Amino acid sequence: MRVLVAMSGGVDSSVAAALMKDAGHEVMGVTLKLWSGPGGEAPTAGCCTVSDAEDARRVAAQLDIPYYVLDHTDDFRDGVVDRFIEGYVSGRTPNPCIECNRTVKFDRLLSRLDDFECDVLVTGHHARSRDVDGVWQLLRGADAAKDQSYVLSMLTQRELSRTRFPVGELTKGEVRRVAAEMGMRTAHKPESMDICFVGSRDYRGFLRDVAPQVFEEGAVVDTGGHQIGTHDGIVGFTVGQRRGLGVAVGEPRFVVRIEPHTSSVVVGTREELAVRQVDLDQVTWSRGSGGDGPVMAQYRAHGEPVPAWLSGSTLRFDQPQEAVAPGQTVAFYQGDLVLGGGLISSTFRDD
Amino acid sequence: MIYLDHAATTPMRPQVWEAMAPYATEVFGNPSGVHGVSRRAKNALEESREKIAAMIGARPLEVVFTAGGTESDNLAIKGAVLSNTPRQGLVTTAIEHEAVLETADFLKRLGMPVTIVGVDSEARVDPGEIADVVTEDTAVVSVMMVNNETGTIQDVAAISEAVKRANPESLFHTDAVQAFGSEAIDVDDLGIDLLTVSAHKFGGPKGSGILYVRDGVALEPVIHGGGQELGRRSGTHDVASAVGIAAAVEAALAGRERFDTEVGAMRDEMERALLAANPDIVVNTPATGRTSHHLNVRFPGVRNETLLMLLDQRGVAASAGSACQSGAATVSHVLEAMGLTPDQARECVRFSFGWTSTMEEAREAASIVNDLVSRLR
Repeated sequence: MRVLVAMSGGVDSSVAAALMKDAGHEVMGVTLKLWSGPGGEAPTAGCCTVSDAEDARRVAAQLDIPYYVLDHTDDFRDGVVDRFIEGYVSGRTPNPCIECNRTVKFDRLLSRLDDFECDVLVTGHHARSRDVDGVWQLLRGADAAKDQSYVLSMLTQRELSRTRFPVGELTKGEVRRVAAEMGMRTAHKPESMDICFVGSRDYRGFLRDVAPQVFEEGAVVDTGGHQIGTHDGIVGFTVGQRRGLGVAVGEPRFVVRIEPHTSSVVVGTREELAVRQVDLDQVTWSRGSGGDGPVMAQYRAHGEPVPAWLSGSTLRFDQPQEAVAPGQTVAFYQGDLVLGGGLISSTFRDD
Repeated sequence: MIYLDHAATTPMRPQVWEAMAPYATEVFGNPSGVHGVSRRAKNALEESREKIAAMIGARPLEVVFTAGGTESDNLAIKGAVLSNTPRQGLVTTAIEHEAVLETADFLKRLGMPVTIVGVDSEARVDPGEIADVVTEDTAVVSVMMVNNETGTIQDVAAISEAVKRANPESLFHTDAVQAFGSEAIDVDDLGIDLLTVSAHKFGGPKGSGILYVRDGVALEPVIHGGGQELGRRSGTHDVASAVGIAAAVEAALAGRERFDTEVGAMRDEMERALLAANPDIVVNTPATGRTSHHLNVRFPGVRNETLLMLLDQRGVAASAGSACQSGAATVSHVLEAMGLTPDQARECVRFSFGWTSTMEEAREAASIVNDLVSRLR
């Protein structure tokens, strides 16, 4: 096959490229240029920095594969950064890395595969996929601790059929060992955890520049609507947060909701935080279609899956859940198998 | 491989490498030293300086050896602005190489007055517009002789004359990196005070350049140290590199006529073949007042990064004209200055010919490009 490897400069995608080349495929590496500062400068932190592209280029040179940098800054700004800002402005908890995977990395690269005369896209995600009688299945990665299938849960059947995840079959330790054995230049590179376009500074600093309205002062109210304090911007709060509420009451209080139109932060008891049911947007089934029934639902990248019942675009947890907020992705599992996923549009308490 | 990226760099001519080799091994002396091996190195260095000076109508001590075009541009501009004169201003254009534009930005951050003049749709600078912005405070005006992306030739004589008319004290610098080897250059005829040349653009070694500095022009050095090159550029001489640039200059000027005739014919043939297959493509390289070796083309509806990748895989090396540090094809500031939108600029590819190019390559490349373009559209 002719394969296009999305190389971030990290060890996983470097090893993915190496494994595909070893398997005898014709390999081409690309790095997406996704973000540049006001002066056109590339980010200095996160997964797509100038030095990361340089690392990817160094590895490509070592593997002797063609390597290119593709400019997707417009797609990234529109599809990821603007939505990230919009998310905070509307009181949601956005996950820009998931958006980036979906709207830029997969969507854009897959749509250009034919132009590049490539058969499949390869990424360094820790997830496994396999062809079962012509249907592509997505499964959790072999390394449970590094599993990234959650961020891939909204890939469609067509997308899965044109994507391969070679490192998902390995543990992170095995990936590093393969890299070290090959003498790969990125074998010992630490993992990056920052949001790339925010850089090394706090995401609040970034938002202060681009969305000052989320720093407007507002009221802290209880679930009965009574003001019990003030806050200096909804951006400081996420659902489930306990610390820094600025209210002194006996019982522990948690953020249960953010109301952006009035700049209010609603706090309540642990019971009031509990979410029993969520409505989902853009429900996607890995095998193309799906129906109502029981699923194991995971609503955080490294969270535990919990039993729930899906009917249409409504998901009801068997047990009330804390820290579930609009904007989050829910992935549906059956054991290691990913069934699909959706985006939480609203949450409901247990009534 | 069909190499059509000579504007980026060229393969070294074999005779250049041969000329250089003894100065990397046997004649290794430091030309500033006092022993025999140093004297022999010194002699080679000065012979190289004399050869280069003669080729551009300069005197030997007006030639300063540098580590390439970028350094020469930096030395010319920073050197003029930071030198001990009452003038601190810089006037330049929107289509200069980053070596000039980033230097301009640096000087601006230091608080120096910097004026950037625009160009017309052919990337041409209007001498009158330059004259209008030259003031009493202008230390140096920098306008490139040939644009690296489009091959547009500026009327350097008219521009230098306009500068001197506006302020006889202002210096005139031209970056001739893309011009040297194909265009006739005489520093007196063209009224040039400072001239940048880079060896690897015409078959010489990389990391080797010169700055012509007119006698009497005082520059503040950019690299301070032992005072080599009459204090204008410190650092132990790279004699092999100086010998290399001199050999390349000789070879380039001996082959200059070939650029006007043969290389020009190759470029014209490729242009004709591309236009014949795709009448709606836009040639950004102007029809007149252009070099014989640049061809910048816009293929409407085709993203240049895709076309360049596929060309690479079919063995044709071309470029988008400018690449940022990460290697992404950035939207060309030259094409934007000419009035293209960012989307249009992303459809432009530069083919550039040089001393190794053949007519067969031009035809073959045109046919490969035509195939790909018809498939991608």
